[in-house]
Amino acid sequence: MGAAPGARGEWLARTRARLGASLRVVLALARKEVVQIVRDRATLVQLVVIPVVQLLVLANAASFEVRGARVFVVDEAPSPASRALVARFAGSGYFRVVGWAPSAAPADEALLDRRASVILRVPRGFDEALAVGDGPARVQLVVDAEDGAAAAVVQAYAAQVLAAYGAGAAASKAGGAAAPAATPRIEVRARGWYNPALDYHVYMVPGILVSLVTIVGTLVAAQSIAREREIGTIEQLNVTPVGKYEFIAGKLLPFWLLAMAELAVGLAIAHLVFDVPVRGSLALVFGAAALYLVAALGVGLLVSTTAETQQQAQFVSFFVLVVYLLMSGLFTPVDSMPRWAQWLAELNPVKHFVGVMRAVLVKGAGAAEVARPVAVLAAYAAVVCTLAVRRYRKTTA
Amino acid sequence: MTPRASADRAAGPGPGSGHGSGALSAFLRKEARHLLRDRRTLAILLLMPLVQVLLFGFVVRTEVGRIRLAVVEPAPDVATRALRHRLAAAGRFDVVAVLRSDRALPRLFASGRAQQAVVFPAGFADRLAGGEPAPVLIVTDATDPNTGSVMRAHATTVVRRYEQELRARRPATGDPPGRSPGGAAVLAETRMRFNPTLASAHLFVPGLVAFVLTIVSALMASVSLTREKETGTMEVLLVSPLRPWQIVVGKVLPYLALGFANVLTVLLAARVVFGVPVRGSVALLLAECLLFIATSLALGVLIATRTSSQRVALTASLMGLMMPTLMLSGFIFPLESLPAPLRALSAVVPARWFLLVVRGIMLKGVGIGHLWDETLVLAGMTALLLGVSARRLDVRLPGGR
Amino acid sequence: MTPPAVEARALTRRFGAFTAVDAITFDVAPGEVFGFLGANGAGKTTAMRMLTGLLAPTSGGARVAGFDVARAADQVKRSIGYMSQRFSLYEDLTVRENVGLYGRVYGLRGREIADRLARLLDRLGFAHLAGERVGRLPLGWKQKLALSVALLHEPRVVFLDEPTGGVDPVTRRQFWELIYEAAAGGTTVFVTTHYMDEAEYCDRVSIMVDGRIAALGTPAELTARFDVASMDELFVRLARPGPGAA
Repeated sequence: MGAAPGARGEWLARTRARLGASLRVVLALARKEVVQIVRDRATLVQLVVIPVVQLLVLANAASFEVRGARVFVVDEAPSPASRALVARFAGSGYFRVVGWAPSAAPADEALLDRRASVILRVPRGFDEALAVGDGPARVQLVVDAEDGAAAAVVQAYAAQVLAAYGAGAAASKAGGAAAPAATPRIEVRARGWYNPALDYHVYMVPGILVSLVTIVGTLVAAQSIAREREIGTIEQLNVTPVGKYEFIAGKLLPFWLLAMAELAVGLAIAHLVFDVPVRGSLALVFGAAALYLVAALGVGLLVSTTAETQQQAQFVSFFVLVVYLLMSGLFTPVDSMPRWAQWLAELNPVKHFVGVMRAVLVKGAGAAEVARPVAVLAAYAAVVCTLAVRRYRKTTA
Repeated sequence: MTPRASADRAAGPGPGSGHGSGALSAFLRKEARHLLRDRRTLAILLLMPLVQVLLFGFVVRTEVGRIRLAVVEPAPDVATRALRHRLAAAGRFDVVAVLRSDRALPRLFASGRAQQAVVFPAGFADRLAGGEPAPVLIVTDATDPNTGSVMRAHATTVVRRYEQELRARRPATGDPPGRSPGGAAVLAETRMRFNPTLASAHLFVPGLVAFVLTIVSALMASVSLTREKETGTMEVLLVSPLRPWQIVVGKVLPYLALGFANVLTVLLAARVVFGVPVRGSVALLLAECLLFIATSLALGVLIATRTSSQRVALTASLMGLMMPTLMLSGFIFPLESLPAPLRALSAVVPARWFLLVVRGIMLKGVGIGHLWDETLVLAGMTALLLGVSARRLDVRLPGGR
Repeated sequence: MTPPAVEARALTRRFGAFTAVDAITFDVAPGEVFGFLGANGAGKTTAMRMLTGLLAPTSGGARVAGFDVARAADQVKRSIGYMSQRFSLYEDLTVRENVGLYGRVYGLRGREIADRLARLLDRLGFAHLAGERVGRLPLGWKQKLALSVALLHEPRVVFLDEPTGGVDPVTRRQFWELIYEAAAGGTTVFVTTHYMDEAEYCDRVSIMVDGRIAALGTPAELTARFDVASMDELFVRLARPGPGAA
C-alpha cells in the first residue's frame, strides 16, 4: 500500500465500492427471506401469533405463589384458643379449611386423597401452654411436600399466620402490664426493594419474554438454512459469487429485525398489561438485546450447519435451547445452583441477557452496572458468528 | 367401512388376517430401520432425557444458597459488631461489604453484588442498653419474591435470636422467663410429608418423565407420519394391502418402545444419582407410563392427521404440547399457583393428570385405589383422541393435505 | 488463438477408495455447445461440480473462463451461470422476485435488472406471468425460466446439469432454441444429459464411462469413427456395464 495519498484514496474508494456491493447483495438476500417468511402462513403463525399468546398465558402461569391451600384441622382438644387459631388460618386468605376432626386418621386420608395439602394439628394442652406462657405453645404442621416448592411457600405462609396469632395472643395477655424497664428491644424494619408488592410478574415476565424471543429466533433461523439445503436452492447460491459472510448476514438480518420487533412489542405488553416497571434506560435494554440476538441467532445457524435435515435442525436446536433456558436463571435463580453450575452458566448468553433485562428494567441499573454481562454478550456474538461462518462451506472438500 | 370394522376383520382369526399381519410386521421392521438409521436423532432421543435428569436434579432448584450481605455500620459498637458476627457465623450469609453509609447500596444492589443489607443506626448499643427501641433496617432485593421472602426470614431470625440472647442475659424482673412482649408465643413444628428433605429431585422426576414422553411419543410420531405424507410414500402405502390403522400402528410402535426405554432410563438415573424412590408398585408405575405414552402417541397421530407438513407438525407439537406441559402441568410451577382460568385450561393437558399419578406412586406409595380417577381421565383422553383420528384416517388421502 | 472457455487437465476426484472422475482432460472452445454425456453414475455430475467450484478436485486442475477453479473460485463464479439438476429457483417467490434476487446477487443494478427482465419475459412469452409464483408454473416453463436466470448476467460459460429432465419434446425443442441463441451470442454452453438425441444438437460431445472420457468429438466424427448409425447406438456400445459402473 503506497504512502501516496492517491493510492490510499484509491484503496478507500475500492473498499467502499466493494462494501457497497456486498451490502446490496445482503439486502437482496434478506429481502428474499422476508418475502418467504411472510408468504408462509405456518412460519408466520410460529413467529408472531404463538409468542404473543404464550406471553399472555405463561406470564400468568409462572409463579410460585400459592393461594387457598387446603387445610385439614385436627383439633385434639377444642378450646376458644384453638378455635381462634383456626379462625386466623381461615381468615388469612392463604388457607382454606376443608375439614375438621378430633383425630389424625381422617386427616391422613385427606392428605393421601389430595383433598387437603396441609394438616394443622393442635395438640391437647395447647390452651394451657398458651396461658401459662412458660415457653412457646406448640402446634404441628404436616405439609404435603410432593411439590417441594409449594410446600416451602406454604410453610412460610403458615409461619406468618402463627406469628400474627402469637403477637395477638401475647399482646392481649401483656395488656396493661408495663414493660419492665431496660429490656432490650430490637425493632426490625423490613424493606423490599424493587418489588415491594412481591409481584411474581415482575420477576417472571422479563424472563419469559427473553425465552420466547429466543426460541422463536433460534428455531426458525436454524431451520431456514436446513430447508434451503433440503430443497436444493442452497446449491444454486453456492455457485454464485455470494460470499459466506454475505450469505449468513442475509439470513440473520430478517430474523434479527423480527426478534427485536417482537421484543419491543413484548416489552410494551409487559409494561402495560403486567405492570412490569421500566426503571432504567430502554436504549440499554435494546442495545444488549441487539448483541444477544446476534449470539442467539448465531447459535441457531451453527446448529443448522451441522444438521442434515430440517427436522434435525429444529430438534437439536430445541434441545440446546432447553438446556440454555433452564440454566439461565429464568425460572429458578442462578444463585440457587451449585457452584459448578454457576460457572457453566457464565458461558450462557441467556443468563447474561436475562440478568441485564432484570437489572435495567426492575432495578434501574445503568451502563456501569451491566458493563460486564454486556461485554460477555458481545464476545459471545463474535465467537459464535465466526464459527458459523467458518463451518459454512460453499465448496465441499 | 369404518376402520374399526375393517380392523376387526383384519385382526380376527382367519385367512385375511394372516396376509395383513405379514405386511404389518414387514412394515414394522422398515419403520424400526428408519429410526435406527437416523443416528443423530436417535442419539438425541436417548441422550436428552439423561441430560435433562442431571440438569434438573442439580440445577433447577429454588432453595436459597448463600446470601450476599452488605452491612451498614455508621458507628460501630459492641452490639453492631456482635450482630455482624452472628450474621457471618449463621452460615447463610456472605458479608460482601461493610460500609459506613448507605450511599453505595443502590449500586451494589443494582449490579447484584449484594442481595441484602442490614443497616444499623448510630448509637445502637446505647439504645439497647437504655431499653429504647433500637431499629434495624433489613433491606432485601425482592425482584424474585420467592427468594426475597426467604432471605428476609433468614435475616430476621438471626436478629431475633440475638435479641432473645440479650434478654436471657438480663436478670428477670418479675416476668416469668421466656415470655417477652412481641416474642413468639406459638411455634410450629413442621413435617414435610413424602419429601422430608424437600429435595428438588423428588419434585421434578415425575414431571420430567411426562415431559420426555410427550416429546418422544407425540412429537416424533406426528413428525414420522407427516414425513411419510410429505415425501409421497404415504400414497404408496395406502394403495398397498396395509390398512390405514396398520400404517399408523406400524409408524407409532417404535416410538412406544423408545418412550418406554426413556422412562426406564430416567427412573434408573434418578434412583442412582439422586436416590429418588419408588415407594409404590413399580408395575403400576410402568403400566401408567404405558398409558400416558399411548395418550401422547394419540395426540401425535391427531396432529399428523391435520397436516401434511413435517414442519407444521413439529412446530405444533413443540409449541402446542411442550409449553403447556412445562407450564401448566404442575411440573415446575405448582398447580395451586395458577389463576382460575389457567387451572381450568390445565385440566385439558394430559401431563397434568399423569403427574399426579406418578407423584402419587413414587412419593406417596399409593395404589390404584387413590388414583383411579386420574387413570380414568387419561384413558378417556386416549380413547377420545384415537376416535377423532380414526375418523380422519378413514378418508384415505385427506384431499390435498 | 483465443484461450479455451473450459480446460480440464487430469481432473480427478476420489471418494475414499472409489474414483468417480479419473484424470479427464479436454478443452471447450468459446461459443461452443458442448455436450457432456454418460450413463448415470459415470461421473458427469461430479465433474461438473468440480468445474463450477462446488467440489474440490482430489488432483489435477481445471480453468473456467480463464480462471483456475481451485485458486480463483470467486472469479470463476462471477463468470459462469449454473442450472442445477434439482430445480433451484425459489418456488414461493414470483418470477420477478427470483430474477431480481439473482440479478442483484450477480451485481446488476435496478435499471439493468428491469431491462433484462423485460427482455426475458418477452422472449419466453411470460409477460403475463411476471407476478406469478414460480411454484405454480408447469415444469417446462420452470426449466426455461431457470435457464434464462442462469443467463441473466451474461456469463462467459453456462453449465446446465440435465436441464430437460421430465419435459415434453416440444418444450425440449424450445429449450434448445434458447441454448442456440445463447451460444450465438458468444456464451459457451456446457450441458450434461442422458438424452442421446440431444447429443446431436451439440457442436461437440464427450462420453464418460466409469469416470474416464471414452470418446470426444463432433457427433458426425464419432458416429463415423465408431461405425454406428446414431449417438444412441454409440452410447450403448461404449457404456456397456463394466466393472465398477453403477
